[in-house]
Amino acid sequence: MTDTAAPRSLPHRLAAVSLGGSLQRKLIWQFLAAAAVAALTLFLAIRVTADRAAEAAQDAVLAAATLALSEGLLAEDDQLDMDLPATVLSMLSAMGEDHVFYRVVLRGQTVTGYEGLALPDTIPTGNEPLFYETMVNGTPVRAASLTRAILFDGAQTEVQVALAQTRHGQAAIADAIAWRAGFLGIGFFVLAVPMSLLAARAILGPVGEVADGVARRGPQDLRPVAESVPPELAPFIAALNGFILRLRLAHSRTETFIAEAAHHIRTPLSAIRAEAEVALHQAGDDKIRTRLRRVIRSAEECSRSASQLMDHALVMSRSEQEVRGPVELGTLLDGLVASMRPTAELRELSLHWQRPEHPVVVLGDRLLVETALRNILDNAIKYSNPDDAIDVLLDVSGRMARISVLDRGRGIARADLASLAPRFQRGENVRDIVGSGLGLTMVTEVSDSHDGVFRLDPREGGGTCAVLCLPLA
Amino acid sequence: MRRSLSSPGLIRVLIVGLALVLARPAAALVVEEEFVLGPADAAPVLRILSTTDVSAARPFLEAFHNANPDLSIRYTVASTISAYEAIADEQLPFDLVISSAMDLQMKLANDGHARPIPHSAAIDAVPHTARWRDLIVGISVEPVVIVVRSGAFAQGKVPRTRRELIDRLREDPERFRGKVGTYDPATSGAGYLFASQDAAFGSTFWRLAEVIGRLDARLYCCSGAMINDLADGRLLVAYNLVGSYSRARAAEDPRLLVIEPEDFTLQLLRTALVPRSAANPDAALRMLEFLLSERGVTAINLVPGQSSVLSTPSGRPGASRTIRLDPGLLANLDRIRKDVFLRDWTAAMVQP
Repeated sequence: MTDTAAPRSLPHRLAAVSLGGSLQRKLIWQFLAAAAVAALTLFLAIRVTADRAAEAAQDAVLAAATLALSEGLLAEDDQLDMDLPATVLSMLSAMGEDHVFYRVVLRGQTVTGYEGLALPDTIPTGNEPLFYETMVNGTPVRAASLTRAILFDGAQTEVQVALAQTRHGQAAIADAIAWRAGFLGIGFFVLAVPMSLLAARAILGPVGEVADGVARRGPQDLRPVAESVPPELAPFIAALNGFILRLRLAHSRTETFIAEAAHHIRTPLSAIRAEAEVALHQAGDDKIRTRLRRVIRSAEECSRSASQLMDHALVMSRSEQEVRGPVELGTLLDGLVASMRPTAELRELSLHWQRPEHPVVVLGDRLLVETALRNILDNAIKYSNPDDAIDVLLDVSGRMARISVLDRGRGIARADLASLAPRFQRGENVRDIVGSGLGLTMVTEVSDSHDGVFRLDPREGGGTCAVLCLPLA
Repeated sequence: MRRSLSSPGLIRVLIVGLALVLARPAAALVVEEEFVLGPADAAPVLRILSTTDVSAARPFLEAFHNANPDLSIRYTVASTISAYEAIADEQLPFDLVISSAMDLQMKLANDGHARPIPHSAAIDAVPHTARWRDLIVGISVEPVVIVVRSGAFAQGKVPRTRRELIDRLREDPERFRGKVGTYDPATSGAGYLFASQDAAFGSTFWRLAEVIGRLDARLYCCSGAMINDLADGRLLVAYNLVGSYSRARAAEDPRLLVIEPEDFTLQLLRTALVPRSAANPDAALRMLEFLLSERGVTAINLVPGQSSVLSTPSGRPGASRTIRLDPGLLANLDRIRKDVFLRDWTAAMVQP
């Protein structure tokens, strides 16, 4: 007996895996980092663009105002006239209630305006105003300056005008836009969080599906993974399928080897047994007869094991091939009970079997179902005491066909029930009877491959009730 | 150049001295009146420099003092130019400057002599047209009016617009010769502000100037003198007077008739600012809050012809043209521009 606790309670799917960093977490972090960079870029781009746009607009107004101021300059003989429209100054202040300063310089003398407004380092030429930054009364201002030639005192004279404004309005606009851009960036990032979660899940979804599909498989299912997968997963699945194929080949080679070996053992065993029986008849010495009986018994045991090994190999190979067709259980049991009856009578057991009136048809592999039922019957016969009766019942329960084999044998201890299915496990109380431990394993495997249920229950008044349920066709 | 909107002869509460020159030689704040409320040596003092006569200011000063007895008030009246120079050139420690010279107030604020006024519900309630940045807050608004002597025009012929005034003057030049008065824009800052604002609103002003020039118009430095001459009968028509003084005098003198021109009526803002040189700006803010409170508004509205910026102004709503409180006013102070304007004005006044 192996230890029943640890390995059996672990489902076959949960092999220990050494874990590295989570791909999903990595993906989410990368998405979020990308989103953060994008949000920040968006914010900065909007801010810078808005700032430039606001400055360009303000500069255009300032340029127009400077031109208007310079065009208002007129000289009459030695008198400088200036038409300074109040609206020009009002306009400059309109956007953000900005402070406005102006200055007119003729021959190095400030004719009017603010002395405190510095002129640009280079004297502007041409018709376009020269923009510069300076300070007036400790306040930073944006200024524009323009030089104009007028006829003054009989000579062409250059007059330089400068016009400056604070940029409270521009700053207010830039601030307002920066706030909006900030909210936009934060909003973008907040939206990106659930989206990156969804995206990471969507990307890793197929991996989980394949894993689930593989994990859900029966213990004998060694078919390649057939689900369609994204091309990125193809190498992984191809490697897995290659591995499954190799495993399957190794598996089937082993089964074939066992079947071959069993077959090769069985024939010489029959010869040994036949020879020993002849020797038993001829022997006179009681000691020798006892020895010969032991030989016969051992040969029988050996032969039986070999048969079951062959059966098992058959079950293994056929359950993978999935050869399915309608199987009428009544007819099948008729034949089976008939073939088992001699063995039963030899042990002075009575087999009770009543074929139901209606046919009971299941979908399955006839050979496998027959092997499973034979093993159940064989077990019942083997563990029954002489003069006992074995009842074989067939009925329908819901969507299942139910075959029950009831004996009055020594029964199975409750603790053994779960542990009897694996190969070569035998009950604690049958050490004295010939058996390989493969019988119930085969029944369970056939039942599993047919989506059926196999149960061993202790019977009231002693004995065992073996029930195999198979889905109806 | 002395600008004043004061009118002599009204109740003087406390005259410290006319043309009083303060001790500092360079500092030439010419104090016209001074009014003290509360103990003069009390620690917290609110020093107000104003161009508004004590008589017109007294209702709100006393109401404020009743509400804030812990604060004594020193209310100094000066001409607009003098008040401007006291802050711009001398940085005298006044806590609040109240002036009707919108252009000079704007120049103080634009040149960085004003202290930002913290936002409050009361200040935010002031219409945007009556404040500039957080530096200047309008207190009251009053119309610029025409005052005529009753009987100067026939029944039903009293002019309601500038055009009608021009027509009446032309119809009977002999009757009005030498009997039309207005501010001299060369000597009165307020007169120049009103005239240049008038001129900005259309050509009617220059036509009017031509007409009164031909009638040998008399030019005045101040409202008070003009109204006195109207009352005496030396004048029949006075053009562009400050509403509050005119209404106050008309209320006492039935011979005076105040006309708010229906084509457009200039509205002048009396504004306040807290100078950078203020010694007690918190007290100034308390006064501002008070002036914009319900009791302050009531006190301001007590003065005839004057209404709080928070009240609906008198006159036809469509005709009101509030003088814009923005750096456009700086153009008004430009020397060359003024020279050009005065040349045109003189040409209209002095006709061959």
